[in-house]
Amino acid sequence: MGKLNLNRVSMPRQDPKVRAKNFNEVALGYSMKQAREEASRCIQCMRPPCIEGCPVEIDIPGFIQAICDGDMPEAVRILKDKNSLPGICGRVCPQETQCEIKCTLARKGAPVAIGRLERFVADWERANKEDLTAPVVIPKPTGKKVAVIGSGPAGLTAAAELAKLGHSVTIFEALHVAGGVLTYGIPEFRLPKNIVQAEVDYVVSMGLELKLDSVIGKIATVDELLENGYQAVFLGTGAGLPMFMNIPGENLNGIYSANEFLTRVNLMKAYLFPEYDTPVKRGKKVAVIGGGNVAMDSARCALRIGADEVYMIYRRSEAEMPARREEVENAKKEGIQFKLLTNPKRFLGNDQNWVVAMECYQMELGEPDESGRRRPIIIPGSEFIIEIDVVIVALGTTPNPLIAQTTKGLETTKWGTVVTDGKTGKTVKTAVWAGGDIVTGAATVISAMGAAKQAAAAIDEYLKDLL
Amino acid sequence: MLKLKLDVLGGEKQVYKILLKQNLVPDVHLFKVEAPDVAKKARTGQFIIIRIDERGERIPMTIADWNGQEGSVTIIFMEVGTTTRRLGLLKTGDFVADFVGPLGLPSHIDKFGTVVCVAGGFAVAPMMPIARALKKAGNKVISIMGVRRKNLIFWEDELRSVSDRLIVITDDGSYARKGLVTEPLKEILESEKVSRVVAIGPSVMMKFCAKTTEPFEVKTIVSLNSIMVDGTGMCGCCRVSVGGETKFACVDGPEFDGHQVDWDLLMARQRIYLDEEKESFEHWQAQHRKL
Repeated sequence: MGKLNLNRVSMPRQDPKVRAKNFNEVALGYSMKQAREEASRCIQCMRPPCIEGCPVEIDIPGFIQAICDGDMPEAVRILKDKNSLPGICGRVCPQETQCEIKCTLARKGAPVAIGRLERFVADWERANKEDLTAPVVIPKPTGKKVAVIGSGPAGLTAAAELAKLGHSVTIFEALHVAGGVLTYGIPEFRLPKNIVQAEVDYVVSMGLELKLDSVIGKIATVDELLENGYQAVFLGTGAGLPMFMNIPGENLNGIYSANEFLTRVNLMKAYLFPEYDTPVKRGKKVAVIGGGNVAMDSARCALRIGADEVYMIYRRSEAEMPARREEVENAKKEGIQFKLLTNPKRFLGNDQNWVVAMECYQMELGEPDESGRRRPIIIPGSEFIIEIDVVIVALGTTPNPLIAQTTKGLETTKWGTVVTDGKTGKTVKTAVWAGGDIVTGAATVISAMGAAKQAAAAIDEYLKDLL
Repeated sequence: MLKLKLDVLGGEKQVYKILLKQNLVPDVHLFKVEAPDVAKKARTGQFIIIRIDERGERIPMTIADWNGQEGSVTIIFMEVGTTTRRLGLLKTGDFVADFVGPLGLPSHIDKFGTVVCVAGGFAVAPMMPIARALKKAGNKVISIMGVRRKNLIFWEDELRSVSDRLIVITDDGSYARKGLVTEPLKEILESEKVSRVVAIGPSVMMKFCAKTTEPFEVKTIVSLNSIMVDGTGMCGCCRVSVGGETKFACVDGPEFDGHQVDWDLLMARQRIYLDEEKESFEHWQAQHRKL
């Protein structure tokens, strides 16, 4: 083995002061030179541990070697063999806890920047489409029909996998654009929508049908789909129901769920109001409650549409924050103010029902709870007031109950998630599989994709046995 | 169905044809829209979300009529803001980008006895299918229709045809009886046994209908017109307080028990975007004038 290169090539980014005022992508991507330099750090392990960390089992050393060899079409082919959405995953996967944490060089503190390289390959493909020779070869149609409900990461992946196997697939999407959380949730500056659209188009180009504006449970139930020609159904409807805190004043004007705030900003493009018709309140002092990626996205959107001050209100300390480190750092550099060990008690409004302040408790950390994180405890008498004019509640989401309510014989948990066998995504209902946030509750894009892939394989097995 | 290329996100998408546009009274229009999936499943009391084009807002509108065989759904709207003004400029044969539904829970229709249906303004449109269904279920239906003045009346004969009795009220007395809808409502409650009241119209009208029926302890159903975005329970924009509990008008409603609704909260939340609505409208007018 030669000498290890521990100089991870850093990601070029927009200047924090500049980017805090625009919606352009923060991370600018590697140049070819930077990509090849970073790729050359991969030591091509005999038994690559990184692949084990990838829920969709990308041949990571393979595509990295292709970059080193200067064979970009081959890098694309290897990547797309396992992942239909590389431009998306290269941007939003938590590589630091998946593939990169397993990298042999991680032990030396400098794992290969697999995510950045994945993004580089996907971006190269989009810019150089004509150089590509081998599109996906779709086998002879099997004549079997599958309905995929939802066009987020899980639905797109299941649909792509099933289409690659020759099944006839229809995706039903409730909103007017495909992509699910990739479109309505994750902001433009972290995941540009033209990249989502390009990867959706790629999946659709495999010959499947995408039906937008189609709410399953309303235009047809899952049972009706099964009665009307679909032999199997995959549920990938995610976790779209916002959680509120149930504390006084929560229905005051100016208090948003993160889902509403992000949907207005991203899906409806309220950041371009009044060019676009959908408005969103542009608060001057904005409080975001939560500590996950959705909270970071909300805070950074609020800043970009004109807030003077944005407070991140989180009841534990920074170490317990579930958001990606990288996004926490990005947010801090842009000027988001972290108010840690702080939890809202109630919201105060004026006579016009507008929120003007929130009363918070100061917290301290106690013993670890069932999540393994130290439990936040209220410090008695510690209440204090923060003046704010917009609040965004980003405390998580649960599955939308519409599918469960309208489907006979589906088993759900008390959190509204659909019960599956865990391995293949098979629900207790015949011919129905599920995967992604509808099963796990809000989690990551890549874990939804991994689950969808396994479900697609199981659906294929099931369809093979059908006459 | 026709698929058209839309400008912003590139891809092709199904669009929805306006089979018929009618101007009913000043500023109030009827659209019959080709939407077979919605028409096949539509039920009384449900709503759709319409979006005019790539730049448009998603706006909820209650279904006024539907025809499963023809694959059409009828909505009626009044020009009040940017979206409805823009919609008002469309003609028969034009398209809208999105038409999603049928959303919300259907009305509870049963044989209750005597039901009073109160429709304020252009709410005669959403009231029509409800009155018709109630009549068909064997109820005695007394309808009250209230508008500001004579030239705003439409579907009077239609509503009469599904009612045992119809009372028309105008604010200024320019046609039929002068006054407010709550006056005949109170008289009916005093003179006969009423099992149920359904009130649809501006929030303030529904609030006062509920206040009028409360002493008589007559169940009063209202259809709430909260601001919505997705219409499927995803955002919580439409949250209302009913019986002290937070409900989403889009999935738990739009119909609720009017005696349980926190009307002040509802009306305050309907005013969230007053400033932005004005800004949006002025922006659109300035652009529209240029064209």
